[in-house]
Amino acid sequence: MDTFAALAHGMAIAVQPMNLLYALIGVFLGTAVGVLPGIGPALTVALLLPVTYKLDPGGSLIMFAGIYYGGMYGGSTTAILINTPGESASMATALEGNKMAKAGRGGPALATSAIGSFVAGTIATIGLAFLSPYLVDIAVRFGPEDYFALMCVAFITVSATFGDSPIRGLTSLFIGLVLGLVGIDKLTGQARLAFGVPELLDGVEVTTLAVGLFAVGEALYVASRRHHTEEKIEAVKGSLWMTREDWRRSWKPWLRGTMFGFPIGALPAGGAEIPTFLSYSTERRLTKYPDEFGKGAIEGVAGPEAANNASAAGTLVPLLTLGLPTSATAAMMLAGFQQYGLNPGPLLFAERPDLVWGLIASLFIANTMLLVLNLPLVGLWVRLLKIPTPWLYAGILVFATMGTIAAKPSVVELSMLAGFGVLGFLMRRFDFPIAPVVVGLILGPIAESQLRRALAISLGDPMTLLQSPISATLLVVALIALIAPFILKGLGRFKANED
Amino acid sequence: MSFRTRLFGAVVALMTLAGAPVSAQQLELKVMAPAAPGGGWDQTARAMQQAFVASGVARSVQVTNVAGAGGTVGIAQFVNGAKGDGNQLMVNGFVMVGALAMNKSPVTLEQVTPIARLTEEIQVIVVPANSPIKNAQDLAAALKADIAKVTFAGGSAGGVDHVMAALFAGTVGADAKKVNYIPFSGGGESLAAILGGKVTAGISGLSEYDGQIKSGKLRAIGVSSENRIPGVDIPTFKEQGIDLVLANWRSVVAAPGITPEQKKTLSEAVEKMVKSDAWKEILKQKGWDDAYLAGDAFADFLKKENVRVTDVLKSVGLVKS
Repeated sequence: MDTFAALAHGMAIAVQPMNLLYALIGVFLGTAVGVLPGIGPALTVALLLPVTYKLDPGGSLIMFAGIYYGGMYGGSTTAILINTPGESASMATALEGNKMAKAGRGGPALATSAIGSFVAGTIATIGLAFLSPYLVDIAVRFGPEDYFALMCVAFITVSATFGDSPIRGLTSLFIGLVLGLVGIDKLTGQARLAFGVPELLDGVEVTTLAVGLFAVGEALYVASRRHHTEEKIEAVKGSLWMTREDWRRSWKPWLRGTMFGFPIGALPAGGAEIPTFLSYSTERRLTKYPDEFGKGAIEGVAGPEAANNASAAGTLVPLLTLGLPTSATAAMMLAGFQQYGLNPGPLLFAERPDLVWGLIASLFIANTMLLVLNLPLVGLWVRLLKIPTPWLYAGILVFATMGTIAAKPSVVELSMLAGFGVLGFLMRRFDFPIAPVVVGLILGPIAESQLRRALAISLGDPMTLLQSPISATLLVVALIALIAPFILKGLGRFKANED
Repeated sequence: MSFRTRLFGAVVALMTLAGAPVSAQQLELKVMAPAAPGGGWDQTARAMQQAFVASGVARSVQVTNVAGAGGTVGIAQFVNGAKGDGNQLMVNGFVMVGALAMNKSPVTLEQVTPIARLTEEIQVIVVPANSPIKNAQDLAAALKADIAKVTFAGGSAGGVDHVMAALFAGTVGADAKKVNYIPFSGGGESLAAILGGKVTAGISGLSEYDGQIKSGKLRAIGVSSENRIPGVDIPTFKEQGIDLVLANWRSVVAAPGITPEQKKTLSEAVEKMVKSDAWKEILKQKGWDDAYLAGDAFADFLKKENVRVTDVLKSVGLVKS
């Protein structure tokens, strides 16, 4: 069947009143759980599975997709407003977004994130409809060595989050890498740095670390500074909406973010975090306003948010075409398919085109609904910032604790949250950047296991990293990214001498 | 467990309760899934919840999730927290046996009270469609020629896929110690590695690769069942002269220190649940095979699997003896 005809057919299914209702319930639930740290879209879908089991398969899958997209929206709201990323994919958003919110530009930050998510989600869903068969062929060619090379690129670009001092940035990164070692080693099944505590065997939860460092750490820091200088949070300064200038500065990052998010999301081990960081560092390099980065640059919100949502659509490529779940939420959706006796994979498009295309079409609808749902809320959300500081931060602490308990009800987890909070406070106090810690925790374990897998497959021969064309290309990119700044600096000095 | 889970549990219980016949003997049970929501153990626990209530064996069933380390965290909490409580059950399975050994868990499966094995899933070995390996004997020959060059992709280290790789190598006369097994997280990633031709063969539950096998992207070279599975056109290893029978089973156990009467009540409840139409319906939907085995036969089975898995894991160096 022609893709356009199939899509039109899908649209006809998706706009049936019941399916529209499911999509609405989905995006609403998704936004709600995305806002709460700890409870992500994966858990929500898992809990809904038994409830939806008697519903019509098309409708409930449409609802799950709505939850997935909605979760990506919701996570950014708390990241921007109260520096509490609802999930690890919204972490890059928190970096600039929260700074913007504190400077009274929370409105434009939320707006650029909502519109950017819409733009990226729409483009990526078009990509899903038209490019899936081609993309998936490339995606399965990615072997462990290629992932390792991709991680190298990511590690190098991470330096963009270092702030002013590379030494301090590297220190933070290494703290994160050490935390990444905690738990059962994926390749040998042996426990590392768990000190006999069974709760540590699964490693450190990224959201616990992020919420501890960002939210709890900041609350402690603000409390400690209270009698020194009154840091003023301005709720609204200037326009609540995006100005012409904001639009001008946002549209390119949206598109670039999509370019990172969609293909990397489609990789079986790509995930949503890596594209958000790649996008953040790209925007930081390309910006015409480098001074604003670290103080609330709109590009730093627009790019990662777009990347984040595009990767959500990317994840559906291997899920629908191969039955490959590449994120926790996708794995839950796969369980959802199987509950109805459907096996996603090469046969699904042929056997149940109504379902697949109905799902894809409803993604467009979910996206539009999310924009309609979220834009009017911007005005309401920014009012949160008018709450007096002590109340606001007390609320953040309650919120962070609740989210952590909801995700993992254990004393060990709460102690970790508190411990990371203190760590975050100390790092702020002594001026160490926070983001590299979380980046280290996310990337470290992936890089390690992919490298070791690659070496196990090649029987210990490191040349495998250069023999694969994808890996070799990515390593060259990493090398260029590493030395280019120095060369450019050198050239600059050279030119300055000539003058 | 979170309030949400409980709430949803209650909603499900209520929904199913509406149509349930009332019986004289009604229990209020708690079932622990020692894993995060969504996995196999969680799905088993929630399926039991549904069938218990729908068949009228229990008035209410509450499912709790205690995730962590292949069940190590959950069983520790179960053994300490549920001791002597005749209303609590825990789901477990093949993977827990290895996880407990590898994590040197102070709590073992010998401490819980075995009730019954419920389901099992047959394992399959696949190769990419363009692989020169056509059947299990080809794979055996390749293993014997140079075992290090044969790479297996599968799930977590020490899990059922890993044990099967080692057993396969051992059974065909290769050195199981040297088996080159590459663990991936989740079926998705390992599937990509197999489809991309990065590894020689892949191991997983049959249902996970079903779509790829049917579409011809993967070639199944053998399944680990005793006899041919009805409706599945894949030869068993036994047919191909390789004596390897293995299934990824899931079972249910009760708390330590319960009285024989309590054990009897629970065993009867589980038996009634397993024989209910609701349970059969769920098995059909999920594609699980009924593998009900209770009483002393199950206790024996559990002991034997424990010995077999621990031996294999010792032989591949995952468990230090």
